[in-house]
Amino acid sequence: MATLTQRPRRQIVARPSAWIVWGVVIFFFVNLLGVVGAVLVNSFGTQWFDTWLPSGYTATWYGEAWRQYALFDVILVTLEVSALVVGLSLLIGAPAAYVLARRDFPGKRLLYLVFLLPILMPPITYGIPLATVLYKYGLAGNLSGVVLANLVPSVPFVILTMTPFLEQVDPRLEDAARMCGASTRAVFLRILAPLLVPGLLAASILVLVRTVGMFELTFLTAGPDSQTLVVKLYNTMSSAGIRAQQSIDAMAVIYTSMMLVLVVVALRFINPTQLVARVKEDTDS
Amino acid sequence: MTTLTERRSDSAPSPQRPSLRHRLAERGVDRQLWLLLPAAVFVLVLFLYPFFYGLQLSFQPTKGGPLADYQRFFSDAYQRNTIWLTLRLALPAALLNVAASVPIAYRMRGRFRGKRTLTTLLVVPITLGTVLTAQGLLNYLGPTGWLNRTLMGLGIVDDPVRLTNNYWGVFFSLVITGFPFAFLLVLSYLSGIDPTLERAATSLGADWKARFRRITLPLLLPGLATTFCLTFVLAFSVFPSAVLVGDPTGETYVISLAAYRAAYEQVDYPYASAIAMVMGLVELVVVAVVLFGRSRCYTGSTGGKG
Repeated sequence: MATLTQRPRRQIVARPSAWIVWGVVIFFFVNLLGVVGAVLVNSFGTQWFDTWLPSGYTATWYGEAWRQYALFDVILVTLEVSALVVGLSLLIGAPAAYVLARRDFPGKRLLYLVFLLPILMPPITYGIPLATVLYKYGLAGNLSGVVLANLVPSVPFVILTMTPFLEQVDPRLEDAARMCGASTRAVFLRILAPLLVPGLLAASILVLVRTVGMFELTFLTAGPDSQTLVVKLYNTMSSAGIRAQQSIDAMAVIYTSMMLVLVVVALRFINPTQLVARVKEDTDS
Repeated sequence: MTTLTERRSDSAPSPQRPSLRHRLAERGVDRQLWLLLPAAVFVLVLFLYPFFYGLQLSFQPTKGGPLADYQRFFSDAYQRNTIWLTLRLALPAALLNVAASVPIAYRMRGRFRGKRTLTTLLVVPITLGTVLTAQGLLNYLGPTGWLNRTLMGLGIVDDPVRLTNNYWGVFFSLVITGFPFAFLLVLSYLSGIDPTLERAATSLGADWKARFRRITLPLLLPGLATTFCLTFVLAFSVFPSAVLVGDPTGETYVISLAAYRAAYEQVDYPYASAIAMVMGLVELVVVAVVLFGRSRCYTGSTGGKG
């Protein structure tokens, strides 16, 4: 990375505005820590009423949650759904992203708008009619319904994420390959695909994170055997009552650690600050 | 979309004029557009068809005329109120998320040590999910939670502040899940603005206030509008947090909850579709207003374009 902005070193004594900004950030993190910490501590606690900390610590809640909620199966379903959604949305979205990034044709703007609509609409709005249709054709209530419903926001998301990556690939490379006699297939497989690996990875990881975290659509279409971890969590928590809060907390911690691993992996491949606009940092080196 | 594919299929060459295929290719229509087909079919089958199915279903209520379900929704004060309750949650939450992101992102747009760590930390709330956030808020902000203990210990309040199972619980949950998202987008738009512009302004004697107001902000506004829309959409469909940390029968009986109850508890799909359509319409009106404002902003190539 070229250092384009060689500003003079920031002075240690910052302006009041800086103090306010950092103060707000720290305030946000302290409260966030409280929220996360409360769950984490509770999931390891034996009993916790009206005191600062639980009266004792144990790890049994995790084992209990694992057995009681059949978490192995739930995680398996979550992984199956995510893998299918990622694969299918890439297969459908990537070619469309290519055409939309490279070509100009009548009706392109309209088509683009239609592709973006599923992201601009709250999932419940189209989720309820979609679930109705899927139930009508007997597709909802099982794995296929969950996958189909989750594809709706994922495909536009792939298109959106891939576009900046595609714009970075020089079209002259393709022209050169064609001059040398490469067929369309060869251009795609031997020129574009290797250059697009970062884009494909970024898109698939983002879709993966979204699918694992997607509540509404999965909730509306899942049957008892096709619940993903989020939906299972919600169902357990909203029908709590007799169940121990700690085991729900333990399940929530399991969910979050899974997401955390995914997001940390994602951040290795994607610079989140460059998702929408590619920064010209490397060009003037 | 369908006309495109039809037009391409009958590309018989004619002797006088250049062939249809040739003329279409000049306008950018050729075989490569077939690559759009899977995505187009997908949007048609899984998004547009269900949407229009829901739309026509909403005009076929179980009893009464075609508009009966809409009348039912708007004449029932409890149901009608859900629109206001949702907007009252989503608009301030989205505004706060975007407004708080700007100064923080503005501070962080340069390069400094630990930027990646800080960004990663700010992304962490995305991983929490609504349920952990809800559980955490219930524990942390609850009457015996750490926050109330601290406040009472410091003597700021005498009785525990009630922050859960009402409006504020849901609001905090929306901020926790929405803020990182807004922040990342704003940071991304800000880093997209060419830094040389600001340096040019500095060389002309502009202080940081003038630089921000006259250079950065106008370039950033379109991006802010987009961020606001996306954050608003996230906040507008609050559903789990409204049930778990809110007061789902009163203060936070949001419109998505009303639609869900109609569909899955009363099993009245036409009514549920009608509510979903109203919800979509309200949301699109807000988004359209913001996007209209955005279209009046400068969206040039110097970055920050949304």
